[in-house]
Amino acid sequence: MRRLPMQTSALPAPHAMPRERISKSKESNETMTDKNEWPLFEVFIRSKQGLAHQHAGSLHAADAEMAIENARDVYTRRSEGQSIWVVPSTAITATSPDDKSVLFDPADTKVYRHPTFYDVPDEVECL
Amino acid sequence: MNETTRDVVELGQWFDAYVADEKKIEPKDWMPDAYRKTLVRQISQHAHSEVIGMQPEGNWITRAPTLRRKAGLLAKVQDEAGHGLYLYSAAETLGVSRGQMDDGLLSGKDKYSSIFNYPTPTWADIGAIGWLVDGAAITNQIPLCRCSYGPYARAMIRVCKEESFHQRQGYEIMLRLSHGTAEQKRMAQDALNRWWWPAVMMFGPSDKDSAHSAQSMAWRIKRVSNDDLRQRFVDMTVKQADYLGLTMPDPDLKWNEERGHYDIGEIDWSDFWKVVKGNGPCNRQRLAHRQKAHDDGEWVRDAALAHANKRVARATRDAA
Repeated sequence: MRRLPMQTSALPAPHAMPRERISKSKESNETMTDKNEWPLFEVFIRSKQGLAHQHAGSLHAADAEMAIENARDVYTRRSEGQSIWVVPSTAITATSPDDKSVLFDPADTKVYRHPTFYDVPDEVECL
Repeated sequence: MNETTRDVVELGQWFDAYVADEKKIEPKDWMPDAYRKTLVRQISQHAHSEVIGMQPEGNWITRAPTLRRKAGLLAKVQDEAGHGLYLYSAAETLGVSRGQMDDGLLSGKDKYSSIFNYPTPTWADIGAIGWLVDGAAITNQIPLCRCSYGPYARAMIRVCKEESFHQRQGYEIMLRLSHGTAEQKRMAQDALNRWWWPAVMMFGPSDKDSAHSAQSMAWRIKRVSNDDLRQRFVDMTVKQADYLGLTMPDPDLKWNEERGHYDIGEIDWSDFWKVVKGNGPCNRQRLAHRQKAHDDGEWVRDAALAHANKRVARATRDAA
């Protein structure tokens, strides 16, 4: 049974389905995947010099090197990339939709962090 | 009504209003079980279609008439593999594993688009597939770019960008054949005759007979009804056939001044259901081929994983 949130007005609870597919085996440090499935990697692409890497999608690969090779074939067939990052999906720590209001709502009331909050005369330039 | 049931009902109402407001759902957000199930079914079915869809065209890669055609066809088939991958990844965000989806396809539990159960006996079929099948797929996929589920919508945007080349390469083949020798034109017409009705049926049953349509529309998964999408495709394609100088295999096809659309003849749904139920011309061949590719690739997948694990183990040992 999925966990239900206390309040239904806010964005509700995440589905309790982990995206983790890798678990450490007890006998060794080898990483094992469910049913021998290759681990999942998230792919980030820099489309051109001067821009940041952006999430493009995900793919399975036996290791990071193969993930790069696959990402090159899957996500940059039409010159979409100049640089690729791959990150094991399990290495990403993310905020939960449950915490959305706690984390992000406080910013809504802090209008004084924006330039339009301050009154200055129109005739004064370069402000 | 107990506490939990009431929560689910309230959440469901909240969810319906949220998507109706054109807001997007992302993987970790709460969603009704049925929404998740519908998406898993639709996205995995869509992914399977891309993967199985490589077979009818792959059939002609080694026999493409020129190097130019071969390069184009090879690139197109490679795209289909990529589209399958984007879609499988989108489905995985809903909690289903790649292995589960592979099993679904190979066991015959999951469906894929029936259009790929028809054979490709001539080169003109490659033209007709690009023009009609990809044309219908694009018509279907453009509204899906606005689907309420973020990962599916993003996959569709990528797919649609790539797919316009597919349709153009197909139309170019048809154009060359239909303006070629009498024999070439006959081939083009023959391919149109065989692919037209299956392409028209790609949009699925009429809205009044479609089991999932209404709920999918309410959830903003589906944005345009089957019949409306079909009409868009017909209106667009009839003019393209005219330009080729080919005749649509439908004696009842005519412009309806009042509606501002083309009317088409009665669709033979018995043929559609026959193919859906597994008795089309190539159903068994397609699945057997996929199963063989899966089995033949098993040692490669295992070896790659064993190699990767060995390297991790070695690196860990050396560090110790």
